[in-house]
Formats: sequence, C-alpha cells, structure tokens
Amino acid sequence: MIELENVAYSYGGAELLSDISLKLQPGSFHFLTGPSGAGKTTLLKLCYGALIPTAGYARLFDRDVREFDRDDIAMARRRIGVVHQDCQFLNHLSVSDNIALPLTVSGRDTLDESANLHELTNWVGLTQRAGALPPELSGGERQRAALARAVIMSPDVVLADEPTGNVDWEMSQRLMRLLIELNRMGKTIMIATHDLALIRAAKTHVQARVLRISNRRLQLAGADL
Amino acid sequence: MTAILDMVRSFLAGDAQADRVVPPTGFTAWLTVFSAGAMAFLAVFALALSLATSRLADRWGDALARSSTLRISAPEGQMLAQTDAALQVLSTTPGVASARALDASEQRALLEPWFGPDLPVESLPIPQLIEVIETADGYDAAGLRLRLAAEVPGAVLDDHTRWRRPLVHAASRLRLLGWMSLVLIGGTVAAMITLAANAALSANAQVIGVLRLVGARDVYIAQAFVRRFTLRALAGAGAGMVVGCLAILLLPGADVGGGFLTGLGFQGWHWFWPLLIPPLTALVAFLATRAAAQRTLKDMS
Repeated sequence: MIELENVAYSYGGAELLSDISLKLQPGSFHFLTGPSGAGKTTLLKLCYGALIPTAGYARLFDRDVREFDRDDIAMARRRIGVVHQDCQFLNHLSVSDNIALPLTVSGRDTLDESANLHELTNWVGLTQRAGALPPELSGGERQRAALARAVIMSPDVVLADEPTGNVDWEMSQRLMRLLIELNRMGKTIMIATHDLALIRAAKTHVQARVLRISNRRLQLAGADL
Repeated sequence: MTAILDMVRSFLAGDAQADRVVPPTGFTAWLTVFSAGAMAFLAVFALALSLATSRLADRWGDALARSSTLRISAPEGQMLAQTDAALQVLSTTPGVASARALDASEQRALLEPWFGPDLPVESLPIPQLIEVIETADGYDAAGLRLRLAAEVPGAVLDDHTRWRRPLVHAASRLRLLGWMSLVLIGGTVAAMITLAANAALSANAQVIGVLRLVGARDVYIAQAFVRRFTLRALAGAGAGMVVGCLAILLLPGADVGGGFLTGLGFQGWHWFWPLLIPPLTALVAFLATRAAAQRTLKDMS
C-alpha cells in the first residue's frame, strides 16, 4: 500500500531523514512520534507523495513515486486522506462544501453523495455547523471537519499530522475514537503526534505500532509505549 | 468541428461547483474586465482604420489606374482646334476606351474648392481638360506623348502615375498600420491577462495547495482559473466592442465631406468584423491564462 525502503530526505543539503524503511499494511494502525523538528511531517509527506525521497524508494500502491506525474499524484491523493494540524480549508466555502471538496475535485456529483456527506457530517458531530465558514469553527470542530474531508472519498489510508495539536484532552479523545473507528472499518491509519499520553490512551483501544524518529532514523518505540 | 463546438459549449457552461472552489478576486477581476474592454474599444477603431484605408487604397487604385487627363494650353483662337485634334489622336490610340473634353461646368466644379462658386471660367485663361478612360490593357503613354507633341503642341498628358503611386502606397501603409495595431492590441491583452492571472494564481497559492491535497488534478485547478479569466475577458471585450461600434456610428458619414477621415467606419457586411473581437479576445485570454496557470502550477510542484 505505502512502502518506504531505505529512504533519505535532505533539505538544502542537510539530511533530515536517513535510511527509513516502513511498510503500511492494509488495516494497520501506526503512531509516529518524536521531538519537534525530528521529521514527522516530512515522513508523512513522503508517504503521500508531497515529497520525493532524495535516496531510497517510496512506493504508493505498488508504484515508485519517481514514476508519478502530477496526475498520478492527484489520483494517489484520492486514496490517501490527509489531516493537517492547521487543517487547510478554503475559507470562502462552507464547512459542508469543504468536507465535500474531494468529491467536487474528482468530478463526483455531490448531490448523489449528499446522503454520505450528511452521514459523515453527523458522524463528526458537525451537522449544526455545516453551513458555517471555517474561520467560525473552534479548533476541535476544524479538526473534525478535516477528518471528515479526509475520509469522504473512502480512502485506503488516513494520515494525520498532529491532529490533536490544537485541541483539549477531551476533544483529543473524541478525535482518537473517530480514527480508531475508521481503523475498525479497515482503513490504514498513521498519526504523527508528540503527545505520548494520547498514544498510551489509544493503545488501550487499538492494536497500534508506535514508531519514533530519533537521530534521523525510524525506530520501533520501547515497551513504555 | 462538432467536437470543438461541444468543447466550447461545455467550457462556457462550466461546472458550478468547480467555479466556486477558486475564491473571487476583486482586483484581478476588474483589471481583466477593464483591460479587455479598453482593448476591444481600441481594436474596433484599429479595425475601422484598416478597413477604411483598405477601401480607400482600392478606390484610389481603381479610379486612378483607369483614367488620365490631357491638359491643353493654347492661345485663345487655337483652343478648339487643338482640342479636336487631341480628341482625334485619342480616338485612334489603342488602349483608350473613351475620351471627352470637360465642359465649363465640370471645370468650374473642379476649381470650386479653391476659388469658390460662380467662378467665370469662360473669361479666364484656363486650360482645356480632356478625360481619358483606358481599356483594361491600357495605352502606351510614351508613344501617345510623342504623337501629341507632334500633332497637338499645347497638350500635356498626365497619366496620374506620379501622384497615384504615393497615395496608394500611403493608403497601404495605413492599412498595414491598422493591422499591426490589432496585433499589438492582441499582444497587450495577452500580457495584461497573463499578469492578472499570475497575480490571481499567486494570491491563491494556499487554495491551490488545498486543492492538490484533496486530489485535484492540475488541469482541474488550471481550468477553474482559465474559465474565469476567459469569461471576464469575453464580457469586457463585448462591452468594449459595443461602445466602440457606437462611437464609430457617431462619426460623420463618408458622404458628408467626402474626405478620408469622414470615411472612417464600417460599410455593409464589414459591420460583422467587430463581432469577432470578443471571441478572439476570449481566445487570447484562454491561451494566456492557460499558459500562465500551467507555468505557475509547474513552479509550485
């Protein structure tokens, strides 16, 4: 599905990630942790084709990303839902339109998908806020809307970058429950977070691998996690 | 052809959802509409200039190429005899279709712009003019001059060549100037719309990032911008063309003064030419925005 093999990535000559190997199997659940600046976001970007490795191989759905043109990357993105810490919405569109954006850009008629859209909006608890504009939402609401947008195309993989970074503990738990529920539906999940308490709490509900980036390399986290 | 028409129809109809993903941008929107309108207005005048000078060049060319003038300056007692002799020579000259002496009223009409009406032509020592109409093959001007020198010593043949050429040349240059102006106007439209499109694309870098994140293909993103700028250019050029045509309509008619400037306008089916300006402007906008979008999206990769 998504596979990194001996991947390295450098920013302006400085190597940020080195010799990273990772395979996301269908239905698996991963946490990616490490200190700020360790390269968690970079690793996630390598996983959805936003960055090309400077060494090694990144394969998305059994194809080397170096063979991808812009259209191939767009097609791969439709199979990978991404949730960013800053959510990245179109502020002139309503929450509902933002959630439906992947359908819009892929040419799928949102009228035909309206039942799904309504169900999804209800699932993330934003039915009452569907007509609001993104700047009017709280941090937690924005994260839930971003999650709904990430899964509306029913992707194979959901990658979340610090999805709980701007929300309180209760909302973090709520978001985590949604992600665990997605995993139980068969989705592959990888969450980048530095919140170890969140990982510990989640591990009581889901079988998850915890990976840590340390000294530019990826390691399996210790038993304490 | 049907496929192209379907493509144009589909492009114009658009996708309401897709149109909404790019936020409206007030500054670039007005810049595009205004520049397309102003350029279409100027294009109408450049087109009118080209067509008018084209007509003028043809008219001068045709009229002057087929006629020439014989001027007879003779003492008063010999004028009639020399005129008859000249007409006799002309009637036997190959390539001359007809020749006739202008009467006093015609000569007065020729002098009227300089001396005013009621000029007593009869009492003035004015040369007699003979209008010569050529056949399609024309006559041998050098040979005719030699015959006239021998048989009608007071006759001077003016075949209009020496002043026809610069006039036709000038009209042709004016026509070329008009077409060059149209090309420059098209280039200016392309440059302005490219600048506006680049500004809009740069201002929407975050929007483009989000669209890519959710799986939008570059062609989809480009089309959202291209369609918007093309329709704005079409609307602006349509308005500019209408105003330009109204301004042309308000110009004095060609028959009022008979001069060149009063003939600057469209005649007959030439009124259809300005209708091409809005779709051509839209085409220029389409190509300019598409090139700008593709370049910008490639740079953003």
